[in-house]
Amino acid sequence: MTANAQVRQPATAAVLSGLRYGLFAIWLLAAIAGGYAIAQRLLLGERLAAYSSYIPWGLWVSAYIFFIGLSAGAFLLSSLVYVFRLRQFERVGPLALFVAVVTLAMALLSILFDLGHMERFWEVYVRPQWHSMMAWMVWLYTAYFVLLVAELGVALHRRSSERSSSQLLRDDRILLVLGSIGVPLAVAFHGGVGALFATVVAREYWNTAVFPILFLSGALLSGSGLLMAIVVFLWPRRDAAWRQLVADLARVVAGLVLLELLLEFAEYSIPAWYQVGPQSSLIVYVLFGPYWYVFWVVYGLFGVAVPLVLLTRRDPFVRGIGAALVAVTFFAVRLDLVIPGLVTPELRGLERAYLDPIGGRLSYLYSPSVFEWQVTLGVVAIGAALFYLGQRFLPLMTDVREDRSKERAG
Amino acid sequence: MPDPRPLAANDSPTARRDFLLRTVAALVAGAALPLAGLKNVASAAPPAAVAGGPTGPVPTLDISPQAGEDVLIRMQRELARALVKPMDERKWGMVIDTRKCVGCAACTVGCSLENKLPPGVVYRPMTDTEVGTYPNVTRRFIPRPCMQCENPPCVAVCPVGATFKRPDGIVAIDYNACIGCRYCLTACPYQARTFDFGADWTDNAASGRPAALALDGATGYEHLAGFEYGEKWTRAEGVIPQSPVGNARKCTFCAHRLEKGMLPMCATTCIGRATFFGDLNDPTSLVSELAASANATRLKEELGTEPKVFYLL
Repeated sequence: MTANAQVRQPATAAVLSGLRYGLFAIWLLAAIAGGYAIAQRLLLGERLAAYSSYIPWGLWVSAYIFFIGLSAGAFLLSSLVYVFRLRQFERVGPLALFVAVVTLAMALLSILFDLGHMERFWEVYVRPQWHSMMAWMVWLYTAYFVLLVAELGVALHRRSSERSSSQLLRDDRILLVLGSIGVPLAVAFHGGVGALFATVVAREYWNTAVFPILFLSGALLSGSGLLMAIVVFLWPRRDAAWRQLVADLARVVAGLVLLELLLEFAEYSIPAWYQVGPQSSLIVYVLFGPYWYVFWVVYGLFGVAVPLVLLTRRDPFVRGIGAALVAVTFFAVRLDLVIPGLVTPELRGLERAYLDPIGGRLSYLYSPSVFEWQVTLGVVAIGAALFYLGQRFLPLMTDVREDRSKERAG
Repeated sequence: MPDPRPLAANDSPTARRDFLLRTVAALVAGAALPLAGLKNVASAAPPAAVAGGPTGPVPTLDISPQAGEDVLIRMQRELARALVKPMDERKWGMVIDTRKCVGCAACTVGCSLENKLPPGVVYRPMTDTEVGTYPNVTRRFIPRPCMQCENPPCVAVCPVGATFKRPDGIVAIDYNACIGCRYCLTACPYQARTFDFGADWTDNAASGRPAALALDGATGYEHLAGFEYGEKWTRAEGVIPQSPVGNARKCTFCAHRLEKGMLPMCATTCIGRATFFGDLNDPTSLVSELAASANATRLKEELGTEPKVFYLL
């Protein structure tokens, strides 16, 4: 070690420690603001939310499909390890599964707060409706949740030091079976979330066959972006293998950014090409309406252009920023999917037919209220806390056997 | 120039109150008029059907048809006739003559009062759009109740089966089962469903002694129970909201009135007799005749939802 590095090390440690306190302070603020809003939601209902009868789904539904996409994406990435046996990603297997569990919990919390009668959610299980896409989605993600927890359990167990080689082989087989069931399940349930929107014939903007596919590509993109960002910024051992892992993940994420871009192009250009037809005006609304910047700036600039540049740099941290941008800005794509489908009256003149002077619930104008953002912030804080506890107490980013073999080699 | 306030001489508070009382009394009497000639025929009554069958004796009408009689009388007679049939042999339908509609919104108001609708919940709004350009301009009024579709998209999407089509064709909501996910709100092509967010008309209103008189009346009104689906519903917000707060809500063709032998409130309050109601399964009913008119049309026919509300253009 050079003298220069020796001088720099305490300074770096101080910066890291300062960063840690800073992050904790941010988390604490988010937890207080979010916790207060969640308490309000539980005690006062949905009175403080800004969605309405004409725009009945808003920020929370968008957050739900965003988080659940992160979960499906992280899970599908884990299948590269457990089903397709891609060795270069082996080290992120348990982490991917854990991220899938945490983001699924965040998704379910978001949608629970959106229900008018939260206490009746169990009815979806006891009053089966085979024709409802929403019912299918709930059943499928319940099965997915059970499978996910089981797979995570086995994957973590596999990392413990006491496993013999025969036990390890058995673990691999179990993981292969669970992963093989999980892949079609994740595809079905997240494709099902897309179909939940796509099957609604009344909403021209949603009623397109590309939606379920778009949901899957979006899940893969945002899930792998999040996972890569976690690997870059939180991985404990930053060795050559880690650099290689980051480079491989960066290639995957950049490829998925381009695939998503292609599908988005199809989604917007085909129904609007000749500037006639029911979807045309809605697409013009998304691209050039009052929220044009959500598509062009948040998604186009910070979700595609900037990340593509950053992901192709050599520095892992720069690449990590690119991946984090992909994951975070993808929320804009979800907002642009849910809300524009609801902004035009189904009958001409309905927007002025009968007004609600008290709560403005018969309006076609929607902008999420501070309360809605606060609740979502609270959900993120809960997710962050779960993740922190997980990485603190579970061997998510450390492999005991790997460490031991390295020690022996050293 | 005529005096814009010809009743100014009667404008004292007492005179105004008397006038209001007389008006309310007249309106109530008017709404009850079709019932005046009703008698009970308990023997003809079918057993009370689950989910909306007549409860108690079914009323019938002993006024024989007369030339030039009010269509309300005819519809009342046909309603009583339909109620004698088993529930699954009736198919309730509505015809709205847009040429007769003057855009007074008496249907919207009548409906809101009958169902004690809170702010933000509306079952029968009336769109008022301007057609043409000056000097050829007109206004088009389209009252929009629930279409009570034969193929209702709202029923298919419900994850818990809380919304369903009754044997008589009315699309109903089980308030005790609805989880409030609002999927049905997005799926209705007519936006005929609204969500009860738990608001009250007196929210944010002035409170305290000086305002007490007005406020007491209003709070008293808004805490009255509703009678949709023949049950008593008292709304309340809370940790567990009391239904229908937190539920999707919609026009029921006044199913609770029908089972008592009364026409839907909107048909009763329509000052131009532009709303017709009856049994589409009865070929001699007024609605069957009108629905078969050459100028009868339905909203968004192309979707295949088969609405049971027809518009005469």
